[in-house]
Amino acid sequence: MEFTFDWEDNKENIKKLNGIIEDHKDKKGALMSVLHEAQDLFGYLPIEVQRIISEGLKVPLAEVYGVITFYSQFTLIPRGKYQIGICLGTACYVRGAQELVDKVKKDLSIEVGGTTSDRKFSLQATRCIGACGLAPVMSVNDEVYGRLKAEDIPEILEKYKNM
Amino acid sequence: MITLDDLKTIKSNTLSRICLRSREDKANVESLYTKQVLLCRGTGCTSSKSDKIEDEFIRLLKEKNIDDKVDIVKTGCFGLCEAGPIVVVYPEGTFYSHIKVEDVETIVEEDLIKGNVVKDLLYKESISEDKIKAIDEVTFYKKQERVALRNCGLINPEDIDEYIAYDGYVGLYKALNEMTPENVIEAMKDSGLRGRGGGGFPTGLKWEFTAKAIGDKKYVLCNADEGDPGAFMDRSILEGDPHSVIEAMAIAGYAIGADEGYVYIRAEYPIAVQRLQVAIDQAKEKGLLGKNIFGTGFNFDMEIRLGAGAFVCGEETALIASIEGQRGMPRNKPPFPANKGLWDKPTLINNVETYANVPQIILKGSDWFKTLGTEKSPGTKVFALGGKINNTGLVEIPMGTTLREVIYDVGGGIPGGRKFKAIQTGGPSGGCITEENIDTPIDFESLNALGSMMGSGGMIVMDEDTCMVDIARFFLDFTVEESCGKCTPCREGTKRMLEILEKITDGKGELEDIEKLESLAETIKLSSLCGLGQTAPNPVLSTLNYFRDEYLAHVQEKRCPAGACQSLLQYFITEDCIGCTKCARNCPASCIDGKVKQRHVIDVEKCVKCGACVEACPVNAVIKK
Repeated sequence: MEFTFDWEDNKENIKKLNGIIEDHKDKKGALMSVLHEAQDLFGYLPIEVQRIISEGLKVPLAEVYGVITFYSQFTLIPRGKYQIGICLGTACYVRGAQELVDKVKKDLSIEVGGTTSDRKFSLQATRCIGACGLAPVMSVNDEVYGRLKAEDIPEILEKYKNM
Repeated sequence: MITLDDLKTIKSNTLSRICLRSREDKANVESLYTKQVLLCRGTGCTSSKSDKIEDEFIRLLKEKNIDDKVDIVKTGCFGLCEAGPIVVVYPEGTFYSHIKVEDVETIVEEDLIKGNVVKDLLYKESISEDKIKAIDEVTFYKKQERVALRNCGLINPEDIDEYIAYDGYVGLYKALNEMTPENVIEAMKDSGLRGRGGGGFPTGLKWEFTAKAIGDKKYVLCNADEGDPGAFMDRSILEGDPHSVIEAMAIAGYAIGADEGYVYIRAEYPIAVQRLQVAIDQAKEKGLLGKNIFGTGFNFDMEIRLGAGAFVCGEETALIASIEGQRGMPRNKPPFPANKGLWDKPTLINNVETYANVPQIILKGSDWFKTLGTEKSPGTKVFALGGKINNTGLVEIPMGTTLREVIYDVGGGIPGGRKFKAIQTGGPSGGCITEENIDTPIDFESLNALGSMMGSGGMIVMDEDTCMVDIARFFLDFTVEESCGKCTPCREGTKRMLEILEKITDGKGELEDIEKLESLAETIKLSSLCGLGQTAPNPVLSTLNYFRDEYLAHVQEKRCPAGACQSLLQYFITEDCIGCTKCARNCPASCIDGKVKQRHVIDVEKCVKCGACVEACPVNAVIKK
């Protein structure tokens, strides 16, 4: 799925990004910190943003891209308004988290790591979120749903579809 | 500049605030409050809305006009996550579990105002012979010994005064004023503390190497990149007692001659990151970090660096690369970080739990530490207990406790009367331990001898419904995803192993696949660059060792004995069928036959295993077997 970067919509954020770059420019090993803050701003790290960071920090674009693609937290496509995270830590897996993943994939017709075309939902398989007592666990943005069964999924999704 | 007297003043001023829940000094101090409500705000309980519960308490106390008499304290993890959200009321130590926002009013009315215990909300084990047991007397806590977790669930992690009231930063004072750096290292060596991140390398020795390394600048790092699926002790320590790590890093800095430290922590742990930042700011403000600490001329400063979700960054050389702003790829050792670490300077790296032990060792002495645990593995270890077990949560036990004690006494056994099958320790780098070895005392050597390892301390219990081949596949899937790709054995080898395991769980495995798996596993173990690859085959080797019959059943009989592998299961309609025809009408493959009001039958040859019939059946008569 292609998502285009809108320069006009992101004018303010780009100004902020330049400020962040300015703050970090002289710090050693600043790239990771800048990427974190940039992703908070834009929600993802498109090539346009990577170019600005590359020029600002004087780090080759290839290296910026290399770092982004290495870490699973950084993303090149926008995340949905509602970010679904299903914990695939061992405790959740043993208690049936895979069935939750399969159900969400089927119901939203997206793959893990994907975003629906209306940018409403995105799906991530997260590592242990530390709520093993509630396994298996799914989160939608900051809301955590524990002790889930695949049958519970449609009702939860329905709630967000209408929001 | 802060002095020892300042610490003492803070302690005595704070005691009136905390004495209700304090283990000591209860008799001599007058409490500022009549009751104190401790509320777990660790990740687990916060996920079950303990933040909303806190708001409700605050609102109601104000409304009832008792907010000056009753104190609400938010704490880190209590350990017993299964029972969350947890609320404990002091001075009695009344242990309420599974609290919902609606329950808050009852607790306020009955317990806080009228002084009656709300029996319906008690943790189920809190009453015996009609007597209410305090939190310390609950079986889950009885066999535990809390050193690294000593303040978790007891203090407000965002209040440095509470940490100081439990003798916090006195260890740092003692190190700086009464000990030379050599003394500190000697004490650490003598304590026998071994790295709690998994490897178990003697901590004092590591400190000594870094102290002796030549360099104009040295660094202290804290590895908080806990990536093991199913392990959350480091995060919980940072959430519940961040100052213990800060104090320890300052002590380490003094011992090795460093004035700067970094905590490398996952961005996925927002609560831990936030509390650690609060703690660092408070320590700086009090002069416990920064320049000329305790007037001794010792300077130490630290900051947080966020990881971005790469398991390999738990590997020390990869972690260093990541702090430097690069891809987190490991490199060959030697040179070890002790000699050539962050920006090529001598660098000390320990993990969170290791550091959490340090202030206590300095304060109470290495002899005290050695009274805990076993001779070769002194002290305690924190485990994250999960999977098919009643008391999921965080436990800290003295080394040498047996697995049986952990599973049955602390963990409360297997739910639903199911049978114990295996316990997996050490995460993706570890292996399974079966019933046969369940009486093994837990320490570094004995777990290694069983083909598993301590690892960071994840313990996942499995019962008869867990397929061991599928678990091996699950871990390999994780390794393949997390391999950094630098060396071929790990990048290509683990992928091939995963393919074979997928083939087997899909029911397409052949006998020679098992041989291939074994030979690949041995090669990858020997030839990988870093710990990730070297240990990646462990789950496969250990399940092959203990559960070869399950592999054989998948390969030879195309059957999954645990009934977990989808492709090997068949749908079946039981005698409960009422003949409503719903299943047949919903089946996309038209493979269900049967007359109205008679039991239906599935043609397994045609069945596509979509599960539509299971969803359609109103009486749960369709099962998988």
